[in-house]
Amino acid sequence: MAELNTGKKSSPRVDLTAMVDLAFLLITFFMLTTSISKPYAMDVAMPDKTEEDSQDQLDVADNRTITLLLGSDNKIEYYMGLLDSPIEGPTVVDYGKNGIRPILLEKIKQVPQITGDPEKGLIVIIRPSDKANYKNLVDILDEMKIVDAKQYMIGDIGSAEVELLTRENIYN
Amino acid sequence: MGKIKIKRANTTIDMTAMCDVSFLLLTFFILTATARQPEPLPVDMPASTVQIKVPDTNLGTLTVGDGGKVFFGVTGPNVRINMLNRISEKYGITFTDDEKQRFSLIDAFGVPISRLKDLIAMDNTQRIAKGVQPGIPADSTDNQLREWVLAARLATAEVNDQQMRVAIKGDAEEDYPAIKKVIDVLQEQSLNKFSLITNLRVAD
Repeated sequence: MAELNTGKKSSPRVDLTAMVDLAFLLITFFMLTTSISKPYAMDVAMPDKTEEDSQDQLDVADNRTITLLLGSDNKIEYYMGLLDSPIEGPTVVDYGKNGIRPILLEKIKQVPQITGDPEKGLIVIIRPSDKANYKNLVDILDEMKIVDAKQYMIGDIGSAEVELLTRENIYN
Repeated sequence: MGKIKIKRANTTIDMTAMCDVSFLLLTFFILTATARQPEPLPVDMPASTVQIKVPDTNLGTLTVGDGGKVFFGVTGPNVRINMLNRISEKYGITFTDDEKQRFSLIDAFGVPISRLKDLIAMDNTQRIAKGVQPGIPADSTDNQLREWVLAARLATAEVNDQQMRVAIKGDAEEDYPAIKKVIDVLQEQSLNKFSLITNLRVAD
């Protein structure tokens, strides 16, 4: 008699190993080609160059301004007040946590006490020299954000200040 | 008599769950992927602690790197076509519709106007080859960069009815004068507010 061979049930299991392999390969590919980290934007406002009006020029007290000269070799030279008669400095410091930051923080606290008006805080003038690089500029602007300096501006460096940097050997 | 039975261990593992997970992840990555475009001028951006993301639209990017080379790009194909029309009018160079179409797909470029046609004719891989694009001239005698930025601003204002934001993407090692030159170009147009593109700095 003919016998139907129904004895062994074939298992419905499929080997998924190859499929998983392929899936992970594709995952890897997409992960690597996707730009996950979007870059960040640091907003900068430059002082207006078109100054027809001399009335716009605001005279500020010397004791409120600190000038930062960005030199080469990742060094900053700073002084308070005017270059000819600095109240403090000029002194050479580094960038970052152990360099310029404590000085700025101290000045931000001090200046309103000296002027006696909480509105009249520290004004930071940033003057990058030709030997500074772009990273230095971003670093110092970032420092302004970190210490929460209310007023700061980027200006051009003068020849007397370049001389000062040369003397300190941070202009090469 | 006792028979010794060796039980064979089953070596096949159930892959179903793994397969499910991996395809789920795959779907996620495919849907969120925005393929990274190869940049004609790769730059190593400095890091900062700011956490504001770069906007996706109405943005003109000035890339500075490789010893002062300047590249320019603006977002939006329609804006790019409008910008090209303005430039072609200004310099008296006409472009065919096909060339305009091809130009609208270029993210960033850095060639003098005289070589723009050659650049449009190239394909993507040729364009990003090193040394093909020398940067946009920004000297005081022949300041093409100014014209491009101006055209892009006018084009954005006309097409999208919005102000174009300007971002500078500089290489960390780039000297300050090179950056200063670009900032001066912007300031000439009374563009005093712009962004510097940076990476995220992890705790200092």
